[in-house]
Amino acid sequence: MSAHPELTDPKFNDSVGIVTPETLHFDTPLTLECNRTLPAFDLVVETYGTPNADMSNAVLICHALSGSHHAAGYHSVEDKKPGWWDTMIGPGKPIDTNHYYVVCLNNIGSCHGSTGPTTPNPDSATGAPYGPDFPLITIKDWVTTQVMLADRLGIQVWHAIVGGSMGGMQALQWSVDYPDRLQRCVIIASTPKLSAQNIAFNEVARQSILSDPDFKNGYYLEAGTYPRRGLILARMVGHITYLTEDAMKSKFGRDLKSGKFMYGYDVEFQVESYLRYQGERFSENFDANTYLLMTKALDYFDPTRGYFDDDSLSDIEALKATLAHTQCQFLVVSFTTDWRFAPERSQELVDALMANAKPVSYVNVDAPHGHDSFLFDIPRYMNAVRGFMNAPFLAQSRVAVPPDSQAQPCPTQQERQQTAKPPQSETAPVTDRSQGADL
Amino acid sequence: MRIDHELAKRWIAPNSRILDLGCGDGSLLAHMQESLGVSGYGLELDGDKINEGIAKGLNIIEQDLNDGLARFADNSFDTVVMAQALQAVKSPDTLLLDMLRVGREAVITFPNFAHWQNRLHLGLKGLMPVSEALPYEWYNTPNIHLCTFKDFEKLCADNNIRIVNRFAVTDSNSRFQAGRHPLMTALVRRAPNLLADVAIYRVTLQD
Repeated sequence: MSAHPELTDPKFNDSVGIVTPETLHFDTPLTLECNRTLPAFDLVVETYGTPNADMSNAVLICHALSGSHHAAGYHSVEDKKPGWWDTMIGPGKPIDTNHYYVVCLNNIGSCHGSTGPTTPNPDSATGAPYGPDFPLITIKDWVTTQVMLADRLGIQVWHAIVGGSMGGMQALQWSVDYPDRLQRCVIIASTPKLSAQNIAFNEVARQSILSDPDFKNGYYLEAGTYPRRGLILARMVGHITYLTEDAMKSKFGRDLKSGKFMYGYDVEFQVESYLRYQGERFSENFDANTYLLMTKALDYFDPTRGYFDDDSLSDIEALKATLAHTQCQFLVVSFTTDWRFAPERSQELVDALMANAKPVSYVNVDAPHGHDSFLFDIPRYMNAVRGFMNAPFLAQSRVAVPPDSQAQPCPTQQERQQTAKPPQSETAPVTDRSQGADL
Repeated sequence: MRIDHELAKRWIAPNSRILDLGCGDGSLLAHMQESLGVSGYGLELDGDKINEGIAKGLNIIEQDLNDGLARFADNSFDTVVMAQALQAVKSPDTLLLDMLRVGREAVITFPNFAHWQNRLHLGLKGLMPVSEALPYEWYNTPNIHLCTFKDFEKLCADNNIRIVNRFAVTDSNSRFQAGRHPLMTALVRRAPNLLADVAIYRVTLQD
């Protein structure tokens, strides 16, 4: 990076530097889970690092609700903020671009350049945007497009697929749908499916957008309006679920903006000011139809669907059965203060993997930032991901045998004889440690 | 070579399924995977140690042993291993039975509170023992359920747990160095509860 005189700013020191997104066009019709077909679509992609000869060092990054293809680095020298996961991706960082070829895309249905509600609808004579006519997309659909991207880039097996929150759902779906196309799966601050409470919060967010008079049934771009207030409200609700009570308390407490009660409905408490600011900023950079679509994709997510729709199976049994054919090594990360996708949700996933004797590691990181923790530079979390990414692939970790399988290793003949004998404790060898070490 | 590693070789069947409770940085699990081809999981609570295990390519699960093993089904493992953690859990009896529910056998090591040095410490000095095996003061020790070999064997007897093998050791770093002498070895064999400071037990449920 030092070769570029303009990159002398210290912000570029541990960064991938200036990056340029690329748009890839796919003209194969894509039939979606909702049974509608996209005749063609674009994916906006950023890559960091260098692919090796057989593309075996490729890492896929899946973004969450408001994310994009811009995960790391800067788009220009003037850019103040780097990509959304710059803490994780870069030279010397946990996903080390000195070793890995990192691919991040903007998913279809989003509003950062890939085909979605804000891009032109081919069925429209006037070139109007899709708007509300863009089909509802599922996590599974996204994985389908990501497979097409992998094929286009010549990546047969990903070294790892990594995602936080909704990105973790995509990583999990990959492991189920394309088990032989990834070696490692990193699922951070995520869940095997949304709870009723999660769906409830999403519904409040949707209703705030849908009930905004400027929403115009979703055709606001053509009508020249924008459901700004609805989107602000939706983001405010969402934002509360990303933070924690303690984080809000330490950041704002009951602090007042002007130091005294004004006895009105304008912004008085600092927390109100913060939420409104977050909502307003978000509404300027996001699309309302996309927000609706994203929350529905979250609600629909359930990797057991299509595999085990049998109602006689409990949720846990269905998840266990769904994960039985995964082949990759998993790292599951949760955060103690995350109540949106609480550690218990991650543990359900871990337990289902262990019940299948699948290779999995799990860390529950103590962090104060709630759900948002996955975007923070928390040493324990960063080191867990770093270690997992670079760990040797132990053969034994991959060929674990299910406990109820016929192939379960049996005790050897000698072992059986030994265990069949009466207690040997009185005659067992007793010696000092140095002798014991020579056994 | 650590003694628990050596015993693992003896008592753990090749290619068996292992659960290692309080696995630390995973060195025992790694050793068993390399030399015996076992598979399984290590449970650990210390974040830095968990990360060391993960970096070795092991399957490490963050879990407090005090939360029990309810997440594991009956007979999920051939052997459940627990090194130097029994004395530090809230309910050693419950955990021991839980280990034998999820595993066919358990291999357990713990310090012997009845070791002669501890007896001297308490009996003559009148102070809670502090030693190489038990380096803590009474007020900051994580070892809240210390026991002797006899205590442990009584717990086993009371719960229909059969002791398959037992291996008692004296600290080779002892300043007396007497353990190396054949006579001392014979003495330790006769009176392990007095002379040995760590034991390794292999136990299973009574049929």
